[in-house]
Amino acid sequence: MASISTPPPGAKTMVLNMGPQHPSTHGVLRLVLELDGETVVRCEPHIGYLHTGIEKTAEAKGWWQAITLTDRIDYLCPLTNNLCYVLAVEKLLGLEPPPRAQWLRVLLNELTRLNSHLVWLGTHAMDLGAFTVLLYAFREREDILKMFETVSGQRMMTSYFRVGGVALEPPLDFFGRVRKFISYFPSKIDDYEALLTKNCIWIGRTKDVGYISADDGIALGLTGPCLRAVGVDWDLRKTNPYSSYDKFDFKVPVRTEGDVYARYLVRMDEMRESTKIIAQALEGMPEGPVKAEAPHIVLPERERMKTEMEALIYHFKIVTEGFRVPPGEVYQAVESPRGQTAYYVVSDGATRPFRMYVRSPSFANLQALPKMVEGRLIADVVAVVGSIDIVLGEVDR
Amino acid sequence: MIPDELRNFPEASQLEEQDPSLLAGGQYDRGELTLEVSREKLAAACRWFRGRGYNLLSSITATDLHPIEPRFRVVYHLYAIAEHQPLRLAVRVGGADPRLESMIPVWPAANWYERELFDLFGIRFDGHPNLKRIVLPDDWEGHPLRKDYPTEGIR
Repeated sequence: MASISTPPPGAKTMVLNMGPQHPSTHGVLRLVLELDGETVVRCEPHIGYLHTGIEKTAEAKGWWQAITLTDRIDYLCPLTNNLCYVLAVEKLLGLEPPPRAQWLRVLLNELTRLNSHLVWLGTHAMDLGAFTVLLYAFREREDILKMFETVSGQRMMTSYFRVGGVALEPPLDFFGRVRKFISYFPSKIDDYEALLTKNCIWIGRTKDVGYISADDGIALGLTGPCLRAVGVDWDLRKTNPYSSYDKFDFKVPVRTEGDVYARYLVRMDEMRESTKIIAQALEGMPEGPVKAEAPHIVLPERERMKTEMEALIYHFKIVTEGFRVPPGEVYQAVESPRGQTAYYVVSDGATRPFRMYVRSPSFANLQALPKMVEGRLIADVVAVVGSIDIVLGEVDR
Repeated sequence: MIPDELRNFPEASQLEEQDPSLLAGGQYDRGELTLEVSREKLAAACRWFRGRGYNLLSSITATDLHPIEPRFRVVYHLYAIAEHQPLRLAVRVGGADPRLESMIPVWPAANWYERELFDLFGIRFDGHPNLKRIVLPDDWEGHPLRKDYPTEGIR
């Protein structure tokens, strides 16, 4: 469609600019709305306000340095982005991390899913006026961020995964903290549901709002909870499992109504399922190393580096020169809290990526926004933008 | 014409029976199937795969192989949701004015991906209703993801 410009004089419609500075657009998103009274006739998203050239920068960084870039793409689930990139490079190398590393990755990935859904819940509810939910959700999120800090030293930009495993064995109190967290977290989800699920104001603002059919959604590239809310039973953790997800027992919540309320219910159920996966990961965590045996690629343990000559030489070579990845291309997809996140990584045999492309679910989901809001009120735009759960960092990269 | 190793894959062998000129090559590497298509046959190939159940266009992206010509390798990542099956289609395009046909009639999701390729690589898409820059400001000069564009930018 051609872009919205000022309508001619005497026209019935008005063009309103929403953003890029707006508390409800969840980042620097600009929505140009053509309005007829309060009804949205056309909606045109303008993006690019957070473009930082991450893909170009990655071509100048070593394979292991690019991990720190991946955190910042989708900053609400940094570990999921770390995982996707690291899996892609491991696929190119033909390297499989040990079982303990894979289970740790699943545990942390699900904690990240909880982290992301708590931010979604808090901000989405706050946009529609339920400020208490924000405070409750961020209180639990504090506990998750403290756990990330325990294991990687960073609350948000963790960069904890490495090619071949994870960076370090978690500290001794980490698993105890996770166990304590999941012992009380399901009751907190009950608290959030008590505030919202049967609340007539919440239902009034979210029921039958922002509907998109499954066919339209798939045609526009919609993935994730928004697609599961309209009946498409597709979760990459089940259909194309990675990192030992096939060893875990969990359900994939699916609804059929396809409105904002259904998306809310799907994500609340996903939080419960994630808690179950974390419990299973704690219970069955295999013993063993957290990094693969690949001397040319994976850094040796520091004690070995200090006592063995070969380990010292490998350490020196990897840190100064980097490791090489055989030529080829790989498209690795994972199920992030927003949908299908995929990394397209191309190698030409060098020590840095030849091309790193990030398929972000928010970029695709945002394309479906005009279809969901056209014909509805401005107030519904706020509800729908919150329900799609976009992160501008990954929309713009 | 497809390489012999791909004859086991129904996507490739059935397409070959349908119209041998549609496929220009391909490979199966690291568990992923890539089919190479020529520029002129891109629309026909995309329609054929869309008809065979590849309903989700996951992404369209490109790699710049400068100074090798044709310099751009544009890849379409498809996914058949019912069969949980991914597929990659690759097409080479280059020259002073690289152009491809827009795939919006086949997958409406192609809209923003093609705008992104125009913005960052300078590849034009014929038939696109709104081919403007998307992530960079409208008055930006140059196409940053090209290999001859410096990482630090042009001052």
